[in-house]
Formats: sequence, C-alpha cells, structure tokens
Amino acid sequence: MGLEAKLTQDGFLATKLDAILAWSRKSSVWPMPMGISCCAIEMMAAADPKYDIARFGSEVMRFTPRQCDLMLVAGTVTYKMSHVVRKIYDQMPDPKWVIAMGACTSTGGMYRSYPVVQGIDQFLPVDIYVAGCPPRPDNLLNALIQLQEKIGRTKARDFQNKPLPELNIIQNN
Amino acid sequence: MIEQYLPVFIVLGIAIIFGIATVLSSTIFGPQRPTSEKLSTYESGMKPVGTTHERVSIKYYLVTMLFIIFDLEVIFVYPWAVQFKKLFHEFGISAFISMFVFLVVFEIGYLYVYKKGGFKWD
Repeated sequence: MGLEAKLTQDGFLATKLDAILAWSRKSSVWPMPMGISCCAIEMMAAADPKYDIARFGSEVMRFTPRQCDLMLVAGTVTYKMSHVVRKIYDQMPDPKWVIAMGACTSTGGMYRSYPVVQGIDQFLPVDIYVAGCPPRPDNLLNALIQLQEKIGRTKARDFQNKPLPELNIIQNN
Repeated sequence: MIEQYLPVFIVLGIAIIFGIATVLSSTIFGPQRPTSEKLSTYESGMKPVGTTHERVSIKYYLVTMLFIIFDLEVIFVYPWAVQFKKLFHEFGISAFISMFVFLVVFEIGYLYVYKKGGFKWD
C-alpha cells in the first residue's frame, strides 16, 4: 500500500499532496492504444502534427499495459476480443481510466448482431464515451480534456479502496 | 581546471536526483493493488502457452553455418568480378589463379558438407 492510504483526513498537507498528485496524473495520461478497428485510424490522426495529442501530455502510446494510465478502446469489440480487452485492462497498474471511442465501442453501433458486444461498459468501467463513427480527432482530444478534468478532481485516497470491477456474465460467453 | 567541470557535475547530480525521485515517488504515492491477473505474464491479452525456453532444431544451426560458406564466397567474388579487367591488366593471369585457389579452399568445405550429408534436410 502506498503512502496515500494514510492520508485519510483533509489536512493542509493532505489536500496539497492530493492536488499535486492529481495534477501530475492528469498532465501525463499515457494511453494504451487498444486500436481494434477503424477508429484506430482517427486515434493515430490525433497523434499526428495537425492535431498533436502531445499538447496534452498523452503522446506516449505504450504497447504494454504496464506503463499505461488510460485504455483507449477504439473499435468494434467482439465477444471473442472482449476477453483480451478485459485481460489487458486488468494488467494495467492502478489508477487507470477508460475511454470508449466511437459508436461501436460505446453501444455496439451499427453491428447489432450476435458476435458484437453492445457497449464495452458491460465488462469495463468506462469513464468517457466519444460519439461518432468514427469520431474526429478533435472529438478524441475533447474526451481527453474532459478526462483530465475528471482526474484533476480525484483525491489520492480514492484509489486505495476502490473495488475492482467484477467479472461480468459476458466473460462466460 | 577541475572548476571548469563544475556545471557538468551539477547537471549530473540534478539528473541523478530527478531520476531517483521520479521512480521513488511513484512507488511511494501510487496505489499498489496487485491481483493475480495483473501479475500474470503479458502476452497481448492471450493466455501464455508453452515455455519461454523454446528448443530450436539443430538444422537451424546447420543452415547458419552453411550460409557462411556461400556468403563469404559471394562477398569476395563480386568485387573481384567487377574489378576483374583492371586486375587482369595489372597482375596478368595470377589475378585469376589467386581467386581460383581461394574458391578451391571453399569447395573443399562444400564437398566435406556434401559428403557428411549436410544438405539432407529431413
């Protein structure tokens, strides 16, 4: 357990430390690019010089879950793939956040069929949903900014006793 | 003399302190909640199957060793062939003979491998 488990009261030091931690967390959100289908192209476009996700400290896309804060699920998630997505999410270190990018990821989109998960919130705790098919890169940047605001409001002790998301019925399919 | 290097040492000290501080602070302030799933091997989300110490067939070794014969041959013969006219003018027939001797040495190795059955893959 980290030091922050001891910071249970709202003293001066605790609130200052919370502010510093939240600031440093939100200023360097490293995404795990879970680019499953076409939304990944727009995700890549968000990293190019025109849109430049580096302005928000998120240019470091790591292809290992061990170094990531944010899971960027971009694309249609099938039931078969859901196990993989969930496992990679489980392997990311705390604290972690999820952005569901695009219509397919958020709701199943136009794939209203038996192999597609109708929204990844059935097996992942999603923080931000991004609308669009696919969303424009600026839309993704907007989601990132909103997520940064959300991270900025967190306190260090919030993550200590946060229950792990349960394995859903989906995992038995 | 040594005073001139003082800024370097200062920068070096700052760099070392910064490196240690960032790594330490993440272990001190980060919430650590290990689960069995999190500690398991990362295999792109798949279940890791088999061993990491995979055995490689000895044929692979044989191929790499044989490759050296032909590779060395090509490395020396190509430049020789390109420059052959010039060499012939300069050294006469010995330009041809010296390369021939070199190739014969390699051919002995090739014959040895052939005799041993090194080209029989199965």
